[in-house]
Amino acid sequence: MLTTPALNYNLLAPILIVLGGALLGVLVEGFIGKAYRARIQIVIALASIAAALGWVISIHNVTSQSAAVDSVSIDGGGLFMQGAILALAFVALLFFTQNDHFAPQASALPGSVEEAEAIRAGVQMTEIYPLVLFAVSGMLLFPVAHDLITLFVALEVLSIPLYIITGLARRRRLLSQEAALKYFLLGAYSSAFFLFGGAFLYGFSGSLSLGVIRTAAATPGSNHIFLFLGVLFMSVGLLFKVGAVPFHSWTPDVYQGAPTPVTGFMAACTKVAAFGAMFRIFIVGFGAIQPDWRPLFVGVAIITMAGGAIAAIVQRDVKRTLAYSSITHAGFLLAGVIALSKAGLTSMMFYLVAYGFATIGAFGIVTLVRDSTGEVNDLNRWAGLGKKSPGIATAFALFLMSFGGIPLTAGFIAKFSIFTAAYASGNIAIVVVGVLSSAIALFFYLRVVLIMFFKEPTDETVTVAVPSFLVSTGIVICFVITLVLGVYPNLLFNLANTMTTLVP
Amino acid sequence: MNLLTITILLPLVGTAALAVAPRGNTQVIKIIALVSSLVTLVSSLLMLTKYKFGVTGFQLVSSHTWFKVFNINYAVGIDGLALVLILLTTVLVPIVVVGGWNEAEGGRWSVKTFYMLILVLEMFMVAVFAATDVFLFYVIFEVMLIPVYFLIGGYGRGDRAAAALKFLLYSLFGGLLMLAAVIGIFVISIKQGPGSFDVTTLSHLKISHNTQDWLFLGFFVAFAIKAPLFPFHTWLPGAARSATPGTSILVLGVLDKVGTYGMIRFCLTLFPEATKTFAPYIIALSLASIIYGAFLAIGQKDLNSLIAFTSISHFGFIVLGIFALTSQGITGASLYMVNHGFSTAALFLVGGWMAQRRKSTQVEDFGGLQRITPVMAWCFFIAGLSALALPGLSSFVSEFLVLIGTFTRYPAAAVIGTLGIILAALYVLILVQRSLHGPLQEGNEDTPDLNWREKVAIAPVIVALVLLGFYPKPAIHLINPATSQVMVAAQSSDPTPLAGR
Repeated sequence: MLTTPALNYNLLAPILIVLGGALLGVLVEGFIGKAYRARIQIVIALASIAAALGWVISIHNVTSQSAAVDSVSIDGGGLFMQGAILALAFVALLFFTQNDHFAPQASALPGSVEEAEAIRAGVQMTEIYPLVLFAVSGMLLFPVAHDLITLFVALEVLSIPLYIITGLARRRRLLSQEAALKYFLLGAYSSAFFLFGGAFLYGFSGSLSLGVIRTAAATPGSNHIFLFLGVLFMSVGLLFKVGAVPFHSWTPDVYQGAPTPVTGFMAACTKVAAFGAMFRIFIVGFGAIQPDWRPLFVGVAIITMAGGAIAAIVQRDVKRTLAYSSITHAGFLLAGVIALSKAGLTSMMFYLVAYGFATIGAFGIVTLVRDSTGEVNDLNRWAGLGKKSPGIATAFALFLMSFGGIPLTAGFIAKFSIFTAAYASGNIAIVVVGVLSSAIALFFYLRVVLIMFFKEPTDETVTVAVPSFLVSTGIVICFVITLVLGVYPNLLFNLANTMTTLVP
Repeated sequence: MNLLTITILLPLVGTAALAVAPRGNTQVIKIIALVSSLVTLVSSLLMLTKYKFGVTGFQLVSSHTWFKVFNINYAVGIDGLALVLILLTTVLVPIVVVGGWNEAEGGRWSVKTFYMLILVLEMFMVAVFAATDVFLFYVIFEVMLIPVYFLIGGYGRGDRAAAALKFLLYSLFGGLLMLAAVIGIFVISIKQGPGSFDVTTLSHLKISHNTQDWLFLGFFVAFAIKAPLFPFHTWLPGAARSATPGTSILVLGVLDKVGTYGMIRFCLTLFPEATKTFAPYIIALSLASIIYGAFLAIGQKDLNSLIAFTSISHFGFIVLGIFALTSQGITGASLYMVNHGFSTAALFLVGGWMAQRRKSTQVEDFGGLQRITPVMAWCFFIAGLSALALPGLSSFVSEFLVLIGTFTRYPAAAVIGTLGIILAALYVLILVQRSLHGPLQEGNEDTPDLNWREKVAIAPVIVALVLLGFYPKPAIHLINPATSQVMVAAQSSDPTPLAGR
């Protein structure tokens, strides 16, 4: 006879609230008239995320290994990641609300009569909100999952909705669908790798739990080859999700093809979830054999930092530029994993938040620069934006400076602390390459600033849409956080510093 | 609040006042900027009265926790060297405001933005010399580039955007190398006790020889780009050509001094052994700067590039004095920083007025100005003489000290350096001859002479050049304790003079 497993609902509540919100959203799709759907969906989405965030805050100093038998470990590190994901998702959702970013009817072929009819009828894809909530619930589970099956389920729950919403752009739909297909196929491969690695680890240790794998890895034995294979395959799956070189090739296409608010959401929140999980797996699970996998990660980090920065130089599309920039940042974040220390985790947490808000803000601004056919992503047509809309251009410049690590922005503190952690752990090569990549990266960040401020407007059809209340709120939040964390980092850093516990 | 902190924050108050001032009324804006810079000047002079002469160590110190996890503090304090450079800054800013009264008008953005940028830059310039926390210094070192970037790119001439970008990229690249070194020295300090960024604490660390070399290079390259030393100088002529005269004065007169100041404050003090290892090579580079800068200055056709190349030559002298590692050399170099600030200011001010009247910066477009505009011509002549270090003008004292200081350790270097003086005479006198004397060039007939505003701006500079030339003692008196402290920290002592050698 089966015994019901004991679940600690208090600790699982944040995940469950978001899942509940998602299910409610599905019901709304079925029962509420078209006229009200969009408004109700956004309220449900924001409310469930806010409620979950509140819940995470209320349990922020709980440490528990038995939230869901042995599958979920609630601890400082996990809760911080959850809080960060929720806060970022909340702000990212604000940018979903203005303009029509999404295809009116995803099932209609691009350019078909059905599509034209749907546009005429004013149909809106409100399913996007429940899908985002499903993705968020997967992201919340990913960094706290403590066994391989839960990890895999979380990975899939977060990925599949993302594949769908990537393909839902209203304009340039073929590009969007192509991106979704690429993302899906490559994502499926990487999930397979992840699962394959999990199988090896199970074969090696006889258990799916990270704790047991750790104990088994610490005892010398003859069949460590299976452990290494497991670690290797699992790394592929994780490195794919964070977009590290050489598993990055999907990033530019997907970032470009996806509806822009989705890109912002995806870029910020997926990174938090994936790095949170990566840190847990590699510290808790494979900490004992770190001499074996660390050199591999050092290599990946180095080529990721340099590769992303170099490839970004030649980009002419703002979303592709930001995509390559996010690859570079994945490299910097890997430096925090490699540090394998409390300082590494703290600085990685800070980095994820700093990078996340700047990313969401930057993509949010991309949604506002438009002409009659939709967004303008060609950087050359951004010329003179500083004159057309000084406030928006200044905010964008600040986000770019934060990416570039100019002092008095959050990005600088993040970069400084993560390099310090890497240096202190003896990985000086990472710091040197990181510094040089930053210098290369600065070139294209500053080029955008130059185009916006020092070039005369050449294209009068390009205008900056007046941001709605929610969108302005989003931009202001991102702007203030980027600036305040740069000037007074204690606010977040001290919190991160006290939340570095990871249950074994 | 500490007087030093007040001096740092006063320009920010001025910026805030400008922010709320009406955009349209440019006169009010300029007067606010002027008043703010004058108040800052008064505050810095008050610091001078409070400063205890002849005492080593930092004075007027103040420290507040900023970023706790890394033990980063807002820590400021001044020694004689920092004080003279702060005074140079606070004196030059009002002169720039008065001298370049109308230079913001043709810019991309409003006059208001121009003066806000100038005042923010002043705050950073004062703060960068006052910082005694390496992290704080680094932050300001990087952040102060941003207002300059917008000043060049938004209000400059010609290919200003490209020049601004080049300037910023060069400086940020150097800054990033320095960041790696800053992180390195901090990690070492964690391993030898509680981690710290305090410059005095860091100077007591024991750092292995090899590590010292790398960290030294991280700092040095950043400062050499800033200074700028050959072969890191290529951003300067473009920036000087494109920037407004006022911006050029602040960039070459003050901002670049952060490079040479940093060499003294950080390279010498924190990495004494590496300093000795690299000193001969750096001396060679500085000689190359002196000669190369001078030769290129002779060949320049553009007035601003010419001044920029003379500065490269002069920065060669400053670096030469620093890395000769003698007290005369360092004192001379420190004094040279101040003198070069004033003499560059004079050249750019008068050069800017000439260019403004002639609507050209080509040397060949001037000519015969001596007869038409005697006051302007005389001012330019004096500025030029100060650049060639004529005895009686301030640059002579510092150049002489640098060469003496160098001679005791590297006689050959001093001899080569002396060539620079001869070349200086060449480029200055050729410039003066072409622009002031000779037949009157067409188009110059109606050139007006300096008006009272311009006279007010140039007068203090000329006074400073002459005064520091005849009576440099107060400045040297201020600098000397700082020098001797640097000598101790750099574990160097003056070579014993050998009589009759």
